[in-house]
Amino acid sequence: MTQIPLLTVENLNVTFPSPKGDVQAVRQVSFSMSNEKLGIVGESGSGKSVTGRSVLKLLPSYADVAADRMEFKGQDLRNRSEKEMRQIRGEEISMVMQDPKYSLNPVRTVGRQIDEAYCTHRKVSRKEAKERTLEMLDAVKIRNPKRVYNLYPHEVSGGMGQRIMIAMMLIPEPSLMIADEPTSALDVTVQMQVLAILDDLVTQRGMGLIFISHDLELVASFCDRVIIMYGGRVMEICEARNLKASSHPYTRGLLNCLPKINGSDEYLPILERDEAWHSDQFSVSDRSAQ
Amino acid sequence: MSKERLLNHLYALGRLLAVVLTTFLGLLLVTFLIGRVVPIDPVLAVVGDKASPEVYERARIAMGLHLPLWKQFFIYLQNVLSGNLGTSVLTARPVLEDILRVFPATIELAVTGTFLGVIIGVPLGVLSAVYRGSIIDHITRVIGLFGYSLPIFWLGLMGLMILYANLDLLPGPGRVDMFYEDIVTPVTGLMLVDSLLAKEYDIFKNALSHLILPASLLGYYSMAYLSRMTRSFMIEQLRQEYIITARVKGVAEWKVVWGHALGNCAIPLITVIALSFGGLLEGSVLTETVFAWPGLGLYLTNSLLNADMNSVLGSTIVVGAIFLSINLFSDFLYKVMDPRAR
Repeated sequence: MTQIPLLTVENLNVTFPSPKGDVQAVRQVSFSMSNEKLGIVGESGSGKSVTGRSVLKLLPSYADVAADRMEFKGQDLRNRSEKEMRQIRGEEISMVMQDPKYSLNPVRTVGRQIDEAYCTHRKVSRKEAKERTLEMLDAVKIRNPKRVYNLYPHEVSGGMGQRIMIAMMLIPEPSLMIADEPTSALDVTVQMQVLAILDDLVTQRGMGLIFISHDLELVASFCDRVIIMYGGRVMEICEARNLKASSHPYTRGLLNCLPKINGSDEYLPILERDEAWHSDQFSVSDRSAQ
Repeated sequence: MSKERLLNHLYALGRLLAVVLTTFLGLLLVTFLIGRVVPIDPVLAVVGDKASPEVYERARIAMGLHLPLWKQFFIYLQNVLSGNLGTSVLTARPVLEDILRVFPATIELAVTGTFLGVIIGVPLGVLSAVYRGSIIDHITRVIGLFGYSLPIFWLGLMGLMILYANLDLLPGPGRVDMFYEDIVTPVTGLMLVDSLLAKEYDIFKNALSHLILPASLLGYYSMAYLSRMTRSFMIEQLRQEYIITARVKGVAEWKVVWGHALGNCAIPLITVIALSFGGLLEGSVLTETVFAWPGLGLYLTNSLLNADMNSVLGSTIVVGAIFLSINLFSDFLYKVMDPRAR
């Protein structure tokens, strides 16, 4: 891994002002990734989504975002203007969000929305865009693309909606995809199906993927490396296959909270949080290959 | 499947018709009762106060006023449904004919007012939602507040005093200058359209200059309301996830705001615009009186002042029926525009 990393973030801090004082959503988060599948796990409010969105610079304008480094393919993202960011969004970095019920525009047809994603970055005719869209719908294993093209978001199922989202976000062929809990709103039976499609397409295209989730098992089996976050801080970064063997007290705590089907434990242990984890001195243990 | 859908549509249509008919019947009942309750003797209004008791009695029987109330209502219902709203005492013509003659003037005013309100109010509302808390938001709020709180007759009189009497920038009351009156043969009844059809461009210009002040005032009220409603609809929509999706795609911000977000506001806005249009029709009573605008409002006022009950009730029914159809129409548009309601 000597080439330029796809994304490098160093000391990212995000603060939201509020009447009750500032809320530090993300504190000194640093990580670096290449074309791999990087998982970010943590409890609700641990700063996973905010980290993802600050890479796209899509946090509300009142958020205070600061970082020592934020480089995408060697380009500094920090001083990019909105206009320059729009060239990157969709085209280079894109994002799939949690629930397709809310993340698709309810009054526009699916096809029109995917067309828009393509036409924003390519100068093509309507016909070409439609052809690409139909191909892309086919690529996410939608059986009858021509029919689905003219459907409205409320007329498709959750799993199909999420595949449509994936198609929409992959159509300009970005190099980094942020998947913000892409399967949390889905039925368990279609979760794996959607993940398989996402995995396939990301691997085929040699893209980087940031997979934000709170599902430890899923991340351990699906990703290459995992970042564990707590209270806006990175607790540890490790290889996904070593996750279960982690010795970090917080990660251990999370793992212990998972119920086992054949487990003999009557009670699940309560997660014990150490105040020291909130301190600046608490060091990030990067046990991954990098 | 298709048969089931057809049945569903028929059911919806039937339900709609039932609602409309009940509402209309209620409206007729109310106007009928008002006509019987007001301390105006309709017989006296016809025969005059010098008529002998015999003449008075004969007129009373001829008008069916000796019958029991429910029979009277039934006759009234029959008359109204066959388009007979009675005869105006003031003009000695059928009320329906009078209304058809004066109504286009009101429509012309209300349509222009609503048009102005929409093209200014909606963009202002969008801007104040996007730049919430900024100077433009505050200015819009203050302008809107004035629009809510100043009575229209006062603004109308002030406008006439300043722009007509003092500065002489705009013509005075009326639809056209006295000089131009009754030149154009009414085809649609809309002065702007009729004068264009007759190729009388001077009259068109004159009518337009007459229309500016009252229409702007009505437009101002409509704008005040629409900008506030648009603002709150937009704030709601801009919070939605699909807005972030559009931004993630790299779509330009103006397209996100005016395309994605406003596109979703269009549906509730239709209802609001329709209501505001109906409000302007009602509000025409004051505006038309101030501007001597020969529309339904002025007709209603004159009839009321002359105790011409047939005209008053007729106009009320017409305004009510129009309000009803506007609501019906906006419901229909709602169904057509919202893919989820189809």
